[in-house]
Amino acid sequence: MTTLPNSTDKKLGLVIDLDVCVGCHACVVNCKEWNTGGYGAPLADEDAYGSAPSGAWLNRIHTFEITPEDAPASIVHFPKSCLHCEDAPCVTVCPTGASYKRTDDGIVLVDEDKCIGCGLCAWACPYGAREMDPVENVMKKCTLCVDRIYNENIPEVDRVPACVRTCPAEARHFGDFSDPNSDVSRMVADRGGFDLMPEQNTKPVNKYLPPRPKSHPSDPSPSISKSDAINAKGFLGWVDRALEKL
Amino acid sequence: MHPAISVIFFTVSSGAGFGFLAMLGLGVPMPNGPLAAFIASAIAVGLAVVGLLSSTFHLGHPERAWRAFTQWRSSWLSREGVCAVVTLGLYGVYGLNWIFSDERIAWLGYLVSFGSILTVFTTAMIYAQLRTVPAWNSWMTPVCYLLFSITCGVMLVAAFGEWNRVASHSTLSIILGLLVVAWAMKIIWWRNADLSTLQARGSDTGTATGLGGIGNVKLLERPHTGENYLTREMVHKVGRKHANKLRMIALGFGAVVPILICLLQILFEMSVAFLSLAFLSLLFGLFVERWLFFAEAKHAVSLYYD
Ligand code: SF4
Ligand code: SF4
Ligand code: SF4
Repeated sequence: MTTLPNSTDKKLGLVIDLDVCVGCHACVVNCKEWNTGGYGAPLADEDAYGSAPSGAWLNRIHTFEITPEDAPASIVHFPKSCLHCEDAPCVTVCPTGASYKRTDDGIVLVDEDKCIGCGLCAWACPYGAREMDPVENVMKKCTLCVDRIYNENIPEVDRVPACVRTCPAEARHFGDFSDPNSDVSRMVADRGGFDLMPEQNTKPVNKYLPPRPKSHPSDPSPSISKSDAINAKGFLGWVDRALEKL
Repeated sequence: MHPAISVIFFTVSSGAGFGFLAMLGLGVPMPNGPLAAFIASAIAVGLAVVGLLSSTFHLGHPERAWRAFTQWRSSWLSREGVCAVVTLGLYGVYGLNWIFSDERIAWLGYLVSFGSILTVFTTAMIYAQLRTVPAWNSWMTPVCYLLFSITCGVMLVAAFGEWNRVASHSTLSIILGLLVVAWAMKIIWWRNADLSTLQARGSDTGTATGLGGIGNVKLLERPHTGENYLTREMVHKVGRKHANKLRMIALGFGAVVPILICLLQILFEMSVAFLSLAFLSLLFGLFVERWLFFAEAKHAVSLYYD
């Protein structure tokens, strides 16, 4: 059914910390690795070793430059995967019932056997979180690694999404946002977590944590002299002066 | 947005077909005899069905297309499929009865007309519902689709109904009126689309990343060096380059030529066959208009890519 549940028992999702993401793309690669062998059809690539490679990925890292009015520009790496929105427009537009939001945990999934590959859900998502598989011609999206988080065949420590498990900087955190005392809820409260494009009224579950404010030291850092003049004293000064005289 | 030929053809062709069906259902005067009934039905149903078939070429899995009839409670695309098939089914009964008994069942015809209009409306709503594409996300979108569909339908019905005769002035004035109203609405739509930017809706790279409060946000690196499904499908740019010229071409073929043909017919009492020429010109103008509808539209995801 592509009508949305009125509420879900849990709200599973991710917190992505833009302060610590180093833009290494490890989560992107591990997401592809896990999901190409897990839920649904493999995640295909076309022309993978050619001049114009292209393929379906469920998680991508963009890099932005932010220039404050009174400080130098800074770089923010920006991981983006499905936000498992509460009012997911991608679900309601689906004509086949392939796209759905689960009532128990709020995960948004595609039943690939029902998907006709019309692409309308990708048009409805403001965040670019859905990509058509170029070989299977069905819609692909982040599954929140449903085949890991409940998987009793893997060690407990691995029962989190692949991207969360692999991030070397711990920039991605997984948890239940319906519980105000969960780690993710507290992180969002402490750090001022925010929604992407709230004006699209999608009510994303995933939250982003802003970069921590940069310090603006009042003393400018010791300036490095631009001229070649050397003011060395002692032995080095003697060498300098001796060489000068040669 | 990527202007896929299959979808452009679908919206124009089935728009014209369902417009024609709507007029036939209203019981407008048509020539007597089974042959006329057959030809009119074949053209109307043909245009509608060819359009629908072409839209299934756009699908990744056309063999599963029947599943698209199941989610009419929430999905406009599903509603469109249901309306189209029900309307064509009703017309099947209406048209066969017309061909074999040379009589048209009025109440069934009204149902066909209602269903046809509803089908065109649902087609337009597939696009108009998308908050992600501000240019489409307006009540004017279905109004334009409906006006163009009705204009096509009235033109076709006039070309057939008065076959071999001189078109009556009243028919021609209705067509003229419709052409003017439909294209005037389209010009207003264009104006509105130009104003309905993502920025006007409060979205920019700052809200897309949530970092706008810190400073000016600008993309430094895309996630991949190459293209991906999103950039091909939604971050398409060619249309915006020649938009103004193409709008003129759409207006020229879609409005000016058909209007001139109608005026000439009023002045010189020409055969109604010329209306078919006007229709073909309108159709071409609508193809250009529909190409622009997609190619010019900007999707919210472009904020992450440029
Ligand atoms: S991020 Fe996009 S694909 Fe994911 S639930 Fe929200 S609208 Fe749907
Ligand atoms: S592409 Fe598949 S999942 Fe997306 S709307 Fe179409 S049928 Fe539904
Ligand atoms: S939760 Fe799983 S599917 Fe989603 S981005 Fe992370 S690794 Fe990929």
